[in-house]
Amino acid sequence: MAADTGRIREKIREVSEGKQITIMHLCGTHEDTVSKYNLRSMLPENVRLVAGPGCPVCIIPDTDLQKVFHLIEKRDVVLTTFGDMARVPFQNRSLFYYRSRGKDVRVVYSVFDAVEIARKTKKDVVFFGIGFETTMPSIAVAVKDSPENFYVYSAHRYFIPAIEAIIKGKMKIDAFINPGHVSTIVGVKAYERYRKYGIPMTIAGFEPQDVMLAVYMLVRAVAENRAEVFNEYTRAVKYEGNVMAQKVMDEVFSAGSGEWRGFGEIPGTGVSLRKEYQDRDAEVAFEDIFSDFQPTEDPRKRKCRCGEVLKGLINPDECSLYMTACTPRNPVGPCMVSFEGTCAIWAKYGIR
Amino acid sequence: MCLAVPAEIVEIDWPYATVSLGGARRRIRVDLLDDVNVGDYVLVHVGLAIQKVSKKEVQEIERLWQQILEE
Repeated sequence: MAADTGRIREKIREVSEGKQITIMHLCGTHEDTVSKYNLRSMLPENVRLVAGPGCPVCIIPDTDLQKVFHLIEKRDVVLTTFGDMARVPFQNRSLFYYRSRGKDVRVVYSVFDAVEIARKTKKDVVFFGIGFETTMPSIAVAVKDSPENFYVYSAHRYFIPAIEAIIKGKMKIDAFINPGHVSTIVGVKAYERYRKYGIPMTIAGFEPQDVMLAVYMLVRAVAENRAEVFNEYTRAVKYEGNVMAQKVMDEVFSAGSGEWRGFGEIPGTGVSLRKEYQDRDAEVAFEDIFSDFQPTEDPRKRKCRCGEVLKGLINPDECSLYMTACTPRNPVGPCMVSFEGTCAIWAKYGIR
Repeated sequence: MCLAVPAEIVEIDWPYATVSLGGARRRIRVDLLDDVNVGDYVLVHVGLAIQKVSKKEVQEIERLWQQILEE
């Protein structure tokens, strides 16, 4: 494969010659592959590969985190969530901080583990749900088959509508590498509405060969002016996606405006439980507790540039906090917490 | 977050199945896929099988590579 990679590298150089091309990938796992194998060093100088907002933990605004803190301060519930989310700090507190203070915070591998916890206890169990279209079907399946003491605090976001906000943003992107496992659910067809913007896209897998092949397909498409949606990850992504997963998502969730760190409100990306499932919605069930909630600011985060990293405007090392005040052991913002956060990935692979 | 790993189905107990992840066994849900059988490979994401992957399709990338290299 090493020799093949050398050939593909040459081909990328030949096809892109004389053009400045910026490619954005949209998945933290792609950034992991890119950084782990140092793929940027294999691209010619005129081809830039930047990371986008493909990190669900990172794009969740502090308001959601504060609301969950507020809930567990006021009510004795079992709070379940994914491990990354439990480490995100706000005003020097995190869900792990609350656990150390005696609150019942449990990290689960899947939402189904949280449902099992609810079946075994009389206490109310709240699942702090994050994730894009990849994760949402599992939450929907769980909601439909859960006991009465199980609730979801939905901080999920639809990713597909957010691509429009990226295209219309400040930065000019010439091509996109689309997220592999979001695409497993939504299919190739979900991206066709973006063809009108004249920007080629490739759905790619997560091996270094997948990413290099995707870059080649994209620089060639840019050179030939072909704004198509390519699928390099055919082993996991079908044209129509996973239709059963789309159906259960639509049954349980409805879309509204959603706030993203760095981007602000993006229409069509917010995810709430439909009326039929309102009794499973933590924001409805604990409405009285949230009635006096007031978001505040974390002064420690004033210099955190996670929002700009998520938009691809800066690299982690352009932030003054990177590996000085903000490290994986003592992170300031979520980009340094999540294993899909660009700052955490750069730190992990020793990029300074 | 959107990490998904291929795993082999070793036992089915609808809507659940036991998969082998390189030897480690885990109970997952498989009811968003139709026609799942023991021996199939599925992509697992946070306890849910989100797609079937055939060995043939895993080989597809190698074919694509070959095609590019021969151009």
